[in-house]
Amino acid sequence: MSTEHLLNTPLHALHLELGARMVPFAGYDMPVQYPLGVMKEHQHTREQAGLFDVSHMGQILLTGADAAKALETLVPVDIIDLPVGMQRYAMFTNEQGGILDDLMVANLGNDQLFLVVNAACKDQDLAHLRKHLSAHCDIQPLFEERALLALQGPAAVDVLQRLAPEVAKMTFMQFAPVTLLGVDCYVSRSGYTGEDGFEISVPAANAEALARHLLAEPEVQAIGLGARDSLRLEAGLCLYGHDMNEKTTPIEASLLWAISKTRRADGPRAGGFPGAEQIFAQQQNGVAQKRVGLLPQERTPVREGAEVVDKDGKVIGRVCSGGFGPTLGAPLAMAYLDIAHTAVDSDVWAIVRGKTVPMKVSKMPFVAQRYYRG
Amino acid sequence: MSDLRFTEDHEWLRAEADGSVTVGITAFAQNALGDVVFVQLPELQAYDKGAEAATVESVKAASGVYMPLDGEVLEVNPALDSSPELVNEDPLGRGWFLRFKPADATAVDQLLDQDAYDRLIKANTEA
Repeated sequence: MSTEHLLNTPLHALHLELGARMVPFAGYDMPVQYPLGVMKEHQHTREQAGLFDVSHMGQILLTGADAAKALETLVPVDIIDLPVGMQRYAMFTNEQGGILDDLMVANLGNDQLFLVVNAACKDQDLAHLRKHLSAHCDIQPLFEERALLALQGPAAVDVLQRLAPEVAKMTFMQFAPVTLLGVDCYVSRSGYTGEDGFEISVPAANAEALARHLLAEPEVQAIGLGARDSLRLEAGLCLYGHDMNEKTTPIEASLLWAISKTRRADGPRAGGFPGAEQIFAQQQNGVAQKRVGLLPQERTPVREGAEVVDKDGKVIGRVCSGGFGPTLGAPLAMAYLDIAHTAVDSDVWAIVRGKTVPMKVSKMPFVAQRYYRG
Repeated sequence: MSDLRFTEDHEWLRAEADGSVTVGITAFAQNALGDVVFVQLPELQAYDKGAEAATVESVKAASGVYMPLDGEVLEVNPALDSSPELVNEDPLGRGWFLRFKPADATAVDQLLDQDAYDRLIKANTEA
């Protein structure tokens, strides 16, 4: 994609002013790192607070008395009983049980649901929602009018409560309308780093002023997509299009936990989402491959696409995400492996530049998550 | 005036008194790569010019380091195994990659000198 066709977020000029190195990502010109560099940006987020521009992601508002019931026809997640002021992780599935996108759903009350979807999928998600839900609720994309900032790290709460003391009482996955600098925002206590922190939906016109205000706080540093990726990888969080896609089901992606008990085969509202039969059959009978964590036993980073083999050299899977974990101080990866090799501590080998690198199947997260649960 | 020579792939070369040549990557290259977390160093053997002799891995990506001339690798920098960050901290010094014996002793002088390399960087950064 040539640069002249890239879209800009409302913080684009600020990124350039801060000296960011910009790269194309999901059709946007985005900061991959600032002068501090990926390693220090990563560590700063784990130690203090990092501010991420994630305005490329899609925000969508669903309104209507039947919105929750209607959305349940597209996701294997309990939306009807999602309490007002709470957010939940979900995924859109297709008729084969594959994952079309993963998303966050929050209940705003007043028959309103607030969705955050991936940047690369947002147009397709909007079309999917319109095709299936138009008769049941109003669907309003907020792609141009709202920006999204993530403030992540142990000091995030100290910083944000200077603007709005009530955010300190929020717990992980709570969601609330909050006034910041006189502007109506939506704040969730969640994120994509494994740290405590917040995501802030702010009107596009007010985003730069809010970002500048937060960056002026002593604990806060601007963080690019490079560190966002290493942070989420250490936290064991999936990146759509890499760690799952339309050909992998939630069972294969090791995301069974995200399928609400209510919607499972033995639940009171079992099924009723695309691919339910395939997903339930896999849950019952098992899968051929699934996503696991892998720790290289040498310092060699093992990256996406690397083949994984068993002791006889037979190919048993492929790395879906991989790199170096600055907090772990070592390389780390996720891979889809044949089920016989997925037990924790199994020995497998990855092929990197023609050499075999010994790997051990690892539990995830690689670095403990530190969400605030009250 | 620096006695270093350079390649268009942002490697530096320094002719040593014993006829061998030390190779590393330039400050421009390490800055473009970002934080180096691993360096795969070459075997002690002969390589053709342009062969991928080493690989340098930053947090985000792997990049090849190519043999600047035909020659035989005599020594690699053992410090990079445990301290790959030396490539960022001291690219022209303690972050060196390898020392080799060029097949043609005069070939080094035909590479870019400091002025020519500085012009290349200037063209790169303005592009």
